[in-house]
Amino acid sequence: MPRNLLAPGHTACAGCGQALAARLVVNAAGPDIIVTNATGCLEVFTSLSPMSSWEVPWIHSLFENSAAIASGIEVALKALGKSGEVKVLAFGGDGGTADIGLQALSGMIERGHDVLYVCYDNEAYMNTGVQRSGLTPMFARTTTSPSGKVWWGNFRPKKDMPAIVAANGASYVATASVAYPRDLMKKVKKALTFEGPKYIQIHVPCPLGWVHEPSLTPRIAKLAVETGLYPLFEMENGKITRVRKVKNPKPITEYLKLQKRFRHLFKPGGEKEIEILQEIANENLRRYGISDSFAQVREEKEEEMKKFTLEELEKFDGRDGKPAYIAYKGKVYDVTESSLWEQGEHEGVHFAGTDLTEGMEDAPHLEDVLEGFPIVGELEGEGE
Amino acid sequence: MKKVVEGSKGVAEAVKLCRPQVIAAYPITPQTHITENLAQFVADGELKAEYVHAESEHSAASIVLGASAAGVRAYTATSSQGLILMAEVLFNIAGMRLPIVLTCVNRALSAPINIWNDQQDSFAVRDAGFIQLYAETNQEAADTHIQAFKVAEHKDVQIPVMVAMDGYILSHSYEPLEIPSLKEVDGFLPPRKAPFKLDPKSPLSFGVMGPPTHYMETRYHLHQDLKNAKEVVKEVDKEFGEVFGRSYGIVENYFADDAEVVFVSLGSVVGTIREVVDTLRNEGKKVGCLKIRLYRPFPSDEVREMLEDKKKVLVVEKDISLGATGGLYSDLVTSLYGLPKVPSIYGFIVGLGGRDITTQTVLKIIEESEKPAQADKFIDLDEEIVKLSPLAERRS
Repeated sequence: MPRNLLAPGHTACAGCGQALAARLVVNAAGPDIIVTNATGCLEVFTSLSPMSSWEVPWIHSLFENSAAIASGIEVALKALGKSGEVKVLAFGGDGGTADIGLQALSGMIERGHDVLYVCYDNEAYMNTGVQRSGLTPMFARTTTSPSGKVWWGNFRPKKDMPAIVAANGASYVATASVAYPRDLMKKVKKALTFEGPKYIQIHVPCPLGWVHEPSLTPRIAKLAVETGLYPLFEMENGKITRVRKVKNPKPITEYLKLQKRFRHLFKPGGEKEIEILQEIANENLRRYGISDSFAQVREEKEEEMKKFTLEELEKFDGRDGKPAYIAYKGKVYDVTESSLWEQGEHEGVHFAGTDLTEGMEDAPHLEDVLEGFPIVGELEGEGE
Repeated sequence: MKKVVEGSKGVAEAVKLCRPQVIAAYPITPQTHITENLAQFVADGELKAEYVHAESEHSAASIVLGASAAGVRAYTATSSQGLILMAEVLFNIAGMRLPIVLTCVNRALSAPINIWNDQQDSFAVRDAGFIQLYAETNQEAADTHIQAFKVAEHKDVQIPVMVAMDGYILSHSYEPLEIPSLKEVDGFLPPRKAPFKLDPKSPLSFGVMGPPTHYMETRYHLHQDLKNAKEVVKEVDKEFGEVFGRSYGIVENYFADDAEVVFVSLGSVVGTIREVVDTLRNEGKKVGCLKIRLYRPFPSDEVREMLEDKKKVLVVEKDISLGATGGLYSDLVTSLYGLPKVPSIYGFIVGLGGRDITTQTVLKIIEESEKPAQADKFIDLDEEIVKLSPLAERRS
């Protein structure tokens, strides 16, 4: 196991999603990186003088300028002729990113700095005692959006940061969850292959602020994805390119009931609020095409589908790290991530990079197995 | 080589000669001509630097902070509201001991909004932990920048420097300036050697949390090192004089030795005061001037030594700590307190928001000094406009 670049012994709370996510991020990106960190829990629990948990060069300046500090470091590396050797990562919490630091982030992206910005989204100002931020979800109870005789917790939906940063010109944008560590690390590594500004927003439960058992951190994070409340997707140059599918989305109450920040919704009168939250989740399922019963995103994508010839398709044979694509009834599917398609081979008889329309008839499964794999293009002359 | 240039261009030429590797700035009047000139130098390939178009002064300061922490020489310039927007970052830059150089082209603060000159902006951030140097002339402004990088990056200093120059009066006026050659400046100012920097080969943590067990000592270090920087400012100025033939000192005594009445001031207004001193000297009056060039760290010892036997000290300044006195006045009082015979110290507020300061203004101050001392006497107020205040009735 490689060395942890965020060393243990820091003072994070038990079950802190951010501590776990930050370690995964620096381990995936390091060691040749420089990290900037906005004021917040991560800065506090890792850098209490005279100790530091950081095994990579790290700088904390202020609350709202993590992206600007990173911009300065990036141009300094350019001036020193070290641009390629050392990568710059900027960290911030949801408040430091979506609220007070949004202007600096926008400037960093617009100027095209080669920086990976990572937003650790625990959905409130946890370091100051759980106050509401622009990424606090609807109806969540915080100390400044309490529930009372009139209020049902926070009354505004989450700010759509991925769309904002994509519109600003980020080359790569992804959401991730601490419940899916491999996916998270893969996205960090992938982001670093893109030139220019890129953004990853990671959903990180906070047992203290969300008021749940510390041991439930991964389970709660996973439920956020499985309900559709926290869609996991990737965007390249402003377009959604991959979405983590959910076969049978779970009702949001499974997610809500484990956290006391939503407990007031289960009191009499809270049914309407739960309905509204369920509709937010449903809308995510539709908008991102997370569940196949809602195919809106897929339809939009089809308008600009890449056309593959059989020759071109052959190049995506899944061997030696190449993506694995297969064609079926005129559509090209990306099966790279499937464990059933390692090295581009399926059951030893089917090979990636080919048209498998005819092979399906003999398969012990139906064509619905392909649901859940991203469609990346169309096979030329083979349209339905 | 002597060239007739605008003050801002002179500063930009001087900064160029210092080979900054990163420049970040945001437009604000009257600072703009400096950064425009620098952008042109980079555009023409005359200066090899990364020029960053920050989206605010807060970010401009943050960008030079990050760049400096990564080990390069970094520069920014601003004025007025821009400096105040930077304020949070300025304290941070000094606290992290990052030796950037910043030009403050002095301008009034809003409200009411006013783009003209006074020194309320740089005075408002005098506690940030920066070294502050005030220029009287354009030649001094240009030369001070070359000195500033050397002072800031000195191994015993590692503290940022703010060079203050009066907006318009200096920044927009043309004068013949001596611009040194690159070879001379290279000999005087070696490339920056950062003792600590962000580098994966030797990972360090910057800007860590200083709990009650450590914070106070860190601030004590900065305070002591800032005070000690006074000697380095003197040394560097002396060395500059040896190389370039011009030096300015940290304070300047202008006919103050045998004077009974001494003006104390800083920035371009000192030039006007010199004229009045010359006139009065010709009339046989024992008047002099003490120019403060280094404002932070405050040169208390030098001030005390020069003023201890004076009858009257007339502090003339273009700033005010609202509800108290001018900033320089309070520093003077503090410095002279406890002397066996403390001079009468007068505080005069002049020229706020670009109100002209003429020799007549200075002569009025001489008249006022015949009366009992006041700590916050405004000169050249228009009484008709003063009366227009809706609160005027209550005032009278």
